[in-house]
Amino acid sequence: MSRQDTITLGHGSGGTLTHELLDRYIFGPLSNPHLDRQHDGAVLDLRGPLAFTTDSFVVQPLFFPGGDIGSLAVHGTVNDIAMCGAYPKYLSLSLILEEGLLLTDLERILQSIQKACLEAGVQIVTGDTKVVEKGSGDGIFINTTGIGTMHPKAHIGVERIKEGDAILVSGTLANHGITIMSQREGLSFASPIESDSRAVHEPVLALLDELGDAVKLLRDPTRGGVGTVLNEIAQQSKLGVQLDAESIPVAPTVNGACEMLGLDPLLVANEGLFIGVIDQSVKEKAIDLLKRFPASAAVTFIGQMVASHPGQVVSHNAMGGKRVVPMLPGEQLPRIC
Amino acid sequence: MKYLDEFRDPVLAKKLLDQIHATVTQRWMIMEVCGGQTHSLVKNGILDLLPEEVVMVHGPGCPVCVTPMNLIDQAVQLSLREGVTVCSFGDMVRVPGKEMSLLEAKAQGGSLKMVYSPLDAVQYAAQDAFEGVVFFAVGFETTAPANALAVLQAEKQGLTNFSLLVSHVLVPPAMQAILDDPFNNINAFLAAGHVCTVMGFRAYYPIAQQYETPIVVTGFEPVDLLQGIARAVTMLESKDYTVENQYARVVLEDGNRAAQDTIFSVFEVGDREWRGIGTIPESGYVLKETYRSFDAVEKFGLLNRDTDTQNGCIAGAIMKGQQKPKDCPHFGKGCTPVNPMGAPMVSSEGACAAYYNYAQPTVV
Amino acid sequence: MCLAIPGKLTTIVPDEDPVFRTGTVDFDGVTRQVNLAMVPEAKENDYVLVHVGIALQVVDEEEARMLLDTIRTTEDWAEELADPDELNQPS
Repeated sequence: MSRQDTITLGHGSGGTLTHELLDRYIFGPLSNPHLDRQHDGAVLDLRGPLAFTTDSFVVQPLFFPGGDIGSLAVHGTVNDIAMCGAYPKYLSLSLILEEGLLLTDLERILQSIQKACLEAGVQIVTGDTKVVEKGSGDGIFINTTGIGTMHPKAHIGVERIKEGDAILVSGTLANHGITIMSQREGLSFASPIESDSRAVHEPVLALLDELGDAVKLLRDPTRGGVGTVLNEIAQQSKLGVQLDAESIPVAPTVNGACEMLGLDPLLVANEGLFIGVIDQSVKEKAIDLLKRFPASAAVTFIGQMVASHPGQVVSHNAMGGKRVVPMLPGEQLPRIC
Repeated sequence: MKYLDEFRDPVLAKKLLDQIHATVTQRWMIMEVCGGQTHSLVKNGILDLLPEEVVMVHGPGCPVCVTPMNLIDQAVQLSLREGVTVCSFGDMVRVPGKEMSLLEAKAQGGSLKMVYSPLDAVQYAAQDAFEGVVFFAVGFETTAPANALAVLQAEKQGLTNFSLLVSHVLVPPAMQAILDDPFNNINAFLAAGHVCTVMGFRAYYPIAQQYETPIVVTGFEPVDLLQGIARAVTMLESKDYTVENQYARVVLEDGNRAAQDTIFSVFEVGDREWRGIGTIPESGYVLKETYRSFDAVEKFGLLNRDTDTQNGCIAGAIMKGQQKPKDCPHFGKGCTPVNPMGAPMVSSEGACAAYYNYAQPTVV
Repeated sequence: MCLAIPGKLTTIVPDEDPVFRTGTVDFDGVTRQVNLAMVPEAKENDYVLVHVGIALQVVDEEEARMLLDTIRTTEDWAEELADPDELNQPS
């Protein structure tokens, strides 16, 4: 492999190599009037209350069924903006490249970023690229920061949650985490499972159009899974979360993998899912609406907010059994016993 | 999934619960031997649905929980050694050793690889010309065929860079140790289904008879567990001190002969130290003389520091069923799954972690 | 201890040495190569109980069905429980 095929420290020098790299792999594919100015920062014309968020992305492998680190970096930040009840508008893109990263991989990742931005209707308007020595990175780390304008009807806040509010999830659980695990050496198993990495702002904004402040809270259950986020909601709202164990949607293949590895799907990561806490009077309306969007076609009600057991998430099964759903402690490891 | 979903049928489970409620007339202490059974009982909320006369006691059947600390320390030492990679099941990597866990050793540069199967560790040894690939072979009888098979496969492939750090324990000696304890209060056992898949259940007849303790070989799904409990209660009520097999779909009286032959071609019975319980004679497997070259302890000249440090953890009493996790002053305070003081809080099937994670709601 | 789950043996890869005999096992769409050394009698389409990558036993379909049938057909204990005294037996 020749030097030209991979990232070298020279690509981070700020000189000619850096310019060549940026022009070819970044400014080219991501071109838009803001970015084309190639200034130190972007000047944006935004009005009203804004939502602002940042996230860093590290994942191995960089490419996985259903996505890659590039699409993940766009979807993750777009979704975080949407969870605030805002229209995602602009992103920044910061890349930390490790010496030795294949330029073809970088190209693939940037193409994927471009495609994800186009689909989500957002633009990358500023960014940065650094190169670190071999061994100091994991191929590529990406940070994206996003900004968006608030939906006029959005009134999102955990303090607005009341006893009786209904809890929905927009799709099936654990697809992303199981996909990544299936790719890891040592746990290798074959599966048709794909990451659920996708932008969910369209159904979220439609929900706000239709239901306004009946939408109390929106959350994006990435790391730690649905169980961890529900624990956060229970703790912050000082109410209990009561789950209906049988209604929690898990695809059969994902369930098969979880059974095999002894994992709880409630604690496995997702990348294209949202949890909504809404007024129970609009339950049916919300379901009918969300079912119309591909990103939330499998929407399901999984439980409700209750006054008993504040701060705890309790799952009830059809047998009449109850269990407390914990927050993910550390990392969820495959188990034999 | 087939053979799982049918055994989670709430209608059948309720029927069995009714049967247990209708049969029981007095207080019975029933020990489920296997941690997987504990996990399932708690996860499915079954404990609360039982009549208060039926008290489930959680047994020692958690390989992660009973592996002595000095073996964790040996695994940690090995992982930090130049040219050596330790392969382990995910369960073991968070268990605290004297100074650190395997996962903490990895953060300090230790070479650790999590595997799903010991055979994956053999494959890894075959691919890479590492000086040493050590598989941390923990487990009860259920896991022994796989670990034995790993040695046989490595031998046939002529691998000299593969070895086992063995911490294999056996169920019947532990059950006997519990029954022999002067503080024993166990009236019946649910024997560990998957251990019996391998070993059968002939060994339990004399135990049931001698100690007047009914034993029901039991599976892991709610319907299995409830049927096992229902049978145990019926047997106790009628003073029927025998052995029954609830899990006949995968357990034969003689177990799996091919699996036993594999185990005994590689291992022999030897003394084992149990974390929290102490050394139980002839309670585990050690590599046979002919396979000593696969013994990581000998191969790497590991020191056996026989010092299971005490830190106030009452794991021993919990695993013998004499105390409940909530009796421990550290439970949920100094000791949590994130910062465990003892092994039963680490493994998701350890009694303490099961209680901590799936505890009953505090209703206000 | 000992997480083991049943899966369907879909294909068997023959190997001259029984120690290396493997097959593909399907767990509701997720598949894995599983060692078959302990279950020489296993045939394709059998369900096998898998623990850490090896099949420990062929699931006996007849026994599974019988167990479920026994529970289904036993008398309904709920009626007996309708008598409140039955619920609070002195211990």
